[in-house]
Amino acid sequence: MAAPTNGSGRDVLLKFERVTVRYDETTALDAVDFEMRRGDTCVILGAAGSGKTVLLKTALGLIQPDEGRVWLFGRNSQQVEADELRDLRGRLGILFQEGGLFDSLNIEENVGYPLANQKSLRCPADEILPRVEEALKFVELAHTLAKVPSELSGGMRRRVGIARAIVTQPELLLYDSPTAGLDPITATTIMALIAKERDIRHTTTALVTHRFQDGQLLANYRYNAKTGRLESIKPAGPDEEGYTRFLVMKQGTIVFEGSQTELEAASDSYVAKFGKRMAD
Amino acid sequence: MSVNPFKIEPCSLIMVASTLPVLDFLKGPVWTLQTFFQLSGRALANIFRSPRYGSDIALQMDIIGVGSLPLALLPGLFTGAVITLQMARALNQYGASGQVGQIVAITLVRELGPVLTAILVAGRNASGMASELGSMKVTEQIDAMRALGTDPIQKLVTPRLIATAAMLPMLTIISDFMGLVGGYIVGCVMLSLTSGPQFWSSAYQALDYSDIAQGLIKPLVFALVIALVGCHYGMSTTGGAQGVGLATTRAVVVSSVWIIVITFFIGKFFVDFN
Repeated sequence: MAAPTNGSGRDVLLKFERVTVRYDETTALDAVDFEMRRGDTCVILGAAGSGKTVLLKTALGLIQPDEGRVWLFGRNSQQVEADELRDLRGRLGILFQEGGLFDSLNIEENVGYPLANQKSLRCPADEILPRVEEALKFVELAHTLAKVPSELSGGMRRRVGIARAIVTQPELLLYDSPTAGLDPITATTIMALIAKERDIRHTTTALVTHRFQDGQLLANYRYNAKTGRLESIKPAGPDEEGYTRFLVMKQGTIVFEGSQTELEAASDSYVAKFGKRMAD
Repeated sequence: MSVNPFKIEPCSLIMVASTLPVLDFLKGPVWTLQTFFQLSGRALANIFRSPRYGSDIALQMDIIGVGSLPLALLPGLFTGAVITLQMARALNQYGASGQVGQIVAITLVRELGPVLTAILVAGRNASGMASELGSMKVTEQIDAMRALGTDPIQKLVTPRLIATAAMLPMLTIISDFMGLVGGYIVGCVMLSLTSGPQFWSSAYQALDYSDIAQGLIKPLVFALVIALVGCHYGMSTTGGAQGVGLATTRAVVVSSVWIIVITFFIGKFFVDFN
């Protein structure tokens, strides 16, 4: 089923309508509204515990909202059957905060896992290895096929996680704090890979992060396939493809939504904390 | 923020409990019971659904069955030996030392064999399941599994359930036999209470079909308890390493207690039935 479009003519791939998620006495998401259109880049900022990860997991259908509706590729993810939800997830790629690599599987099996298990992808068995090799080559880890996750460094595990997220060539990619706990050089490498994936395949991208530089890089740089480098660009406007939108979350609510320029000009002290750091 | 994989609508008892502050203390246990039965129902229903992870079942059978073999051999042998040792004086007093094989067989097959084997297997495997699944939970591997198109209950819980249900009765049979061997060594070789043929004959004669049924039904039920309790606490783990440790401890304690409670009720059923 085709996803609905809005005024911009681009599909709405993900939409939250007054979504609330509660855990006992805690409200993790409080009446959250937002949408992502095809080609969008969405940077979700916020302090620890502000609900960023819950937002991504709710988008994936891993957490069911207590109130509100989540539309994924035009389908209400709470009302679809389990099989259809699995099929919808097959159109998504996700990098978990902890990497989420399976300890008991080697890198080849980890990266090939979605191809082997997502029925909707219908990937023939003989195509799995070439696609795994291609994805690992993209993250420059083609030599790690036979290794297990514990043999890799934190940054390498994160890159394998990216390879697993992109191996299915998803329409929407969700990254949960891809640079958390990494040194600045490795973090920049990871962000460059995310930008490269976005710009080569034109993938709609949602990035949860607390590193202000990460969003800045996605908004102001594009990967040039000819030169193989990231190049500084003028950020796209709200109705243009490639627009990078910033969301700031606080205690389960979205307290800011707008462009980088608007974020930098925000007067709210909490939001400004992120914007000012970005402007540095 | 921790994520509960079993998130479902609160049951009416929880809703009632939440409206009455005096019943607040019930919310935790009721919630645990509810998620446990939900997990159990799905794991059992998955036995009859595809996909079936045959290699995972075989791997778990190896870990649970072959890996636990020493737990069935040594404790079984010495349990039979110690029963014979303790009963020797009493039997001599009544001139019934020839019945030692009967006592060892009935005690082991009906009660001690299944219960001791199950408790030892719970200590080894319920803890293993809780810690393995708990680690997977806190490192988001279970979330990743769901996101990548696999039902974690089908992939992780059902194979452990099938493997435990298949292996524990076998381990119990081995443990029972080793107990009889232990009883034979002490009763016939060390204390000369009776002859070897009489020992084995009285042991064989003492057992009827209901004893065998009891001795096999119990490990089957205990296997469900061990696998489901271990997996439940693993899948419900929150927090980091401390949460995994807590889940592991709870899995062993709860499964061991339930084994002892359930053995009474199964025993009572067979006593009434007979």
